[in-house]
Amino acid sequence: MAKRETPMIDELRKGPYPSFVNEMYKLQGRKPMVQDLLGQLEDSYEQRIGHWKHGGIVGVMGYGGGVIGRYSDLSDKYPNVAHFHTMRINQPAGWFYTSQALRTLADIWERHGSGLTNMHGSTGDIVFLGTTTAELEPTFAELTAAGFDLGGSGSCMRTPSACVGPARCEWACYDTLKLCYNLTQEFQDELHRPMFPYKFKFKCAGCPNDCVASIARADMSIIGTWKDAIQIDQAEVEKYAKAGLDIEGAVVAKCPSQCISYNGKLTIDDGECVHCMHCLNVMPKALRPGRERGATLLLGSKAPIMEGALLSSVIVPFINIDDPEEYEQFKELVRRIWEFWDENGKNRERVGELIQRIGMPTFLDAVGLDPEPEMISAPRDNPYIFFQPEGEEA
Amino acid sequence: MAAPTVEQIAEEMYQMVAESMGKKNLKANDLTKAIQAKYPEVDRDMCKAAIRILMDSGRCVYAYFGGSYIQLPHKEGAANE
Repeated sequence: MAKRETPMIDELRKGPYPSFVNEMYKLQGRKPMVQDLLGQLEDSYEQRIGHWKHGGIVGVMGYGGGVIGRYSDLSDKYPNVAHFHTMRINQPAGWFYTSQALRTLADIWERHGSGLTNMHGSTGDIVFLGTTTAELEPTFAELTAAGFDLGGSGSCMRTPSACVGPARCEWACYDTLKLCYNLTQEFQDELHRPMFPYKFKFKCAGCPNDCVASIARADMSIIGTWKDAIQIDQAEVEKYAKAGLDIEGAVVAKCPSQCISYNGKLTIDDGECVHCMHCLNVMPKALRPGRERGATLLLGSKAPIMEGALLSSVIVPFINIDDPEEYEQFKELVRRIWEFWDENGKNRERVGELIQRIGMPTFLDAVGLDPEPEMISAPRDNPYIFFQPEGEEA
Repeated sequence: MAAPTVEQIAEEMYQMVAESMGKKNLKANDLTKAIQAKYPEVDRDMCKAAIRILMDSGRCVYAYFGGSYIQLPHKEGAANE
């Protein structure tokens, strides 16, 4: 088929930044699928309408996730994208690869798909863009032989993701990579065999900077934190001051709980600190998280797909998740949450929406968690929640 | 009544899916709840194992229509020849 002219897509290549179509242009000479993809995209721009149909049952044997079916509704005009399925590949914790692993992935996709990838998709997975139904099983076979697996999609536990954690970051308060790996291994059934009312995402953030945006995107966020005092190196504070840092203006005045003071020496009232990380980020050589480190568990955030966006709520203020015993307790809690959600969640209702519908006190009671002061931002945050003294009947 | 084996549960689940085809989409949890209502002694893990038998044998497939459902294999409605 003759190459279609693409004047509107060509415009995208004239801007100051690299366009997403640049790589497609490079591939179209040797990949007819990509040439047809560009043609269909040009049609979509002209007609202001998408031309993809969703596939419902396409996948690999035994798995309910990892493949997102797409078919073109212009398959007569663009036969090479009649099938254009996406594959989600479970990424390594922290997105670390050897160059050999990347070559292996690229070679597999050259053989079986369009050659186009997202590294990485917004789900965290490696995303292989565009293949046919017939190529799904051969791709999966090669991926598993190379030590990779499909990620999650549909109403299942999605591929857990983690920040780079202690591998590359001095702020990490727990081993995010280890937790991400353990969750992936522990919950293989939940990852590959959709069994929930809707999707469930874990994101492991090593510190309150939350580089994986878990507080806004994960159904369960595991965010590193510390219990004791921020470690201060006064000699380094002095160096920052001598180097011209306006400690009063850039650090003290911007502390949200106003718990820092400076008079030649930095003092922090740690009881008032809300662990926002601002002071640590501004003076990384002078300040470090405390020594008693662990994680806070939060539940219920989501992006606005079915209903509005939600942020997570604290459900366990502090857990030493690197400790094997406490990790077991964490897994048990996760299972109780899933069981309650399974029993009570409506179809396509995220766990955060369930909590909104039934109320946090009911939810905490159902999953066996006691209310804690750290679950609210300020005393009397919600005057409609009452706690019964122990043993008293409601 | 003796507790059913996992294979018997898989067969009952298969019948439920077959009867609901074209009428109602069933989720894994719908099958689990129906089995547990009939056999209170059957736990969730046994139901998960039964669903796994259906999937690994290819008798049933997962389908995605907004949420994930369990169906009998059929031709994809959106698929092009």
